[in-house]
Amino acid sequence: MLHLVLFLIFGAICVAGAVNLLVQRHPINSALSLVAVMASLAVEYLLLGAEFVAAVQVIVYAGAIMVLFVFVIMLLNAGEEARTGGSRVAILFGIPGMLAGSLLVAWVLITHSGTQEVSAGALPGPPREIANLLFHDFLLPFEVTSVLVLIAIMGAVVLAARPESIEQQKREG
Amino acid sequence: MNLTTFIIVSVIKTVIALFVLLTAVAYSVWLERKVVGHIQNRWGPTRVGPFGLLQPLADGAKFLFKEDLIPPHVYKPLYIAAPMLAVMFALTSISVIPIGNVVTIGNIKTPLQITDVNIGLLIVLGITSLGVYGVALAGWSSNSKYSLLGGLRASAQMVSYEISLGLSLVGVLILAGSFSLRAIVDAQAGTFWGFIPRWNIFQGQIIAFFIYLTAAYAETNRVPFDLPEAETELVAGYHTEYSAMKFAMFFMAEYANMITVACLASLLFLGGWHGPLFGPPLLQAILPVFWFGLRVFMFLFIYIWVRGTLPRFRYDQLMAFGWKFLLPMAIANLVITALIVAIRS
Amino acid sequence: MVPLSYYLVLSGVLFACGVTGFLIKRNIITIFMSIELMLNGVNLSFVAFAAHWHALSGQIFVFFVMVVAAAEAAVGLAIIIAVYRTRETLNVDQVNLLKL
Repeated sequence: MLHLVLFLIFGAICVAGAVNLLVQRHPINSALSLVAVMASLAVEYLLLGAEFVAAVQVIVYAGAIMVLFVFVIMLLNAGEEARTGGSRVAILFGIPGMLAGSLLVAWVLITHSGTQEVSAGALPGPPREIANLLFHDFLLPFEVTSVLVLIAIMGAVVLAARPESIEQQKREG
Repeated sequence: MNLTTFIIVSVIKTVIALFVLLTAVAYSVWLERKVVGHIQNRWGPTRVGPFGLLQPLADGAKFLFKEDLIPPHVYKPLYIAAPMLAVMFALTSISVIPIGNVVTIGNIKTPLQITDVNIGLLIVLGITSLGVYGVALAGWSSNSKYSLLGGLRASAQMVSYEISLGLSLVGVLILAGSFSLRAIVDAQAGTFWGFIPRWNIFQGQIIAFFIYLTAAYAETNRVPFDLPEAETELVAGYHTEYSAMKFAMFFMAEYANMITVACLASLLFLGGWHGPLFGPPLLQAILPVFWFGLRVFMFLFIYIWVRGTLPRFRYDQLMAFGWKFLLPMAIANLVITALIVAIRS
Repeated sequence: MVPLSYYLVLSGVLFACGVTGFLIKRNIITIFMSIELMLNGVNLSFVAFAAHWHALSGQIFVFFVMVVAAAEAAVGLAIIIAVYRTRETLNVDQVNLLKL
């Protein structure tokens, strides 16, 4: 019972945050509502028993990636989004269509999927077990992602460096 | 323990922890003014009460009764939310920090911490990593160039030093084999050869300890890394536009963060509450808390001592130091610790 | 006790919000955030399925998704900064030329 109540509360916060992200016109408000979504998702992970994933969700997503977004918004001093007139067809058919589609999917999932119930903390994800999997069974993907991160770092440095500073470094040898 | 007792005990512990933390925050401000005063050949606060001991109360009353200005050019919702966020995250992180052994009062057995979770350290790291929002949003929403520069510097600095901070703790985690702060302290009980305590700092984590201490100074925006609020260049940095209680909230957040960092340093590296126990049972129950408090006090004193002694870094020096020196050192320490543990087992 | 399908519905709603944001938003930073929202929705279904099948590898996938999201955010934000430097706009409708 408590599980269901907590799920509903934090699920509602998630959905409210996601909708707020769409409605808000200023990027910093969108960013903050995304942080709220991520924090309440971390609680959902805790409900499912995935404690380590929940902690990493807060530290990496809310604490690092979103800080980067806020940082860029501050750096570029991004203002309010310009209004552009959308096509009328999209408003007339898109929104009802999307609502109908998502209701259909939700209805099918809830009534016909035949899934059992998940109890609170069903699958504890202790850090020890996760490390065992990550460094034994998934070692190769793990190493490949480290290469990916390295490439991303180099790409970010090259892209964000001012062209003049690269020229200057070339001249200096 | 049934649910009602559990709730009552938890509420009592929360109230006590908040009270102790807020008092400690108030008196570390007093301590700082006093010690820095003596370092600079002044007296510090002397007028209010003996040795100026009532100064924090006077300051608090002053902050409460000052007019709460909101400048006209700020972005109001975030301007008001930012100090609240800062102080909220700073106070929340104390909830998983243990201050002593498990105690038994009557027939209720309870650990001396609000809650003992098995990912305690991760929770502290997560909450402190969210703390950057308070500073960044304050800088942005104030809509003033000093605040914006301070906020930008603060968020860049905190994100950069968080990596070294986290990596320096991994060595300790490898030795203890747990994320629970209580388990980490318990792993440091006992002595080597009868006289050297088995603290992590004596188990080869001394480099990690200094990396942690340096990164923690940067995380809490303290001298010599207090560029976000460098008063000679940025007026007051991210809280330039704040006054009265909102300013006091940033102040409280900073000192609460200092105390959290000091608590973590003593728990992870200096053996937490372990120390000589003697005397009657009551004294034996209180002594661990005293030893823990002593270590925390020592770290706070070092904080103030450093503030009274060192000059401020330049911004490029700060970034270069964090990325080019501290981070490689932390990784090297991690690799060496892992190797030693692997060879030993 | 919460049925698995509730988690899947929540995850689907988040993903749909992400897709909608990606389509209707004009600010390039918000578009990036919508992508992060989609990834988060997917992560929730990974964790829910992990709990359902009692297989931890579902949680491992979340870490890989997070790594990819971090890499994507780093490169994407660098691109945004580079675009802003040359075009001085964040509106994707105005970034419509291949060269300056």
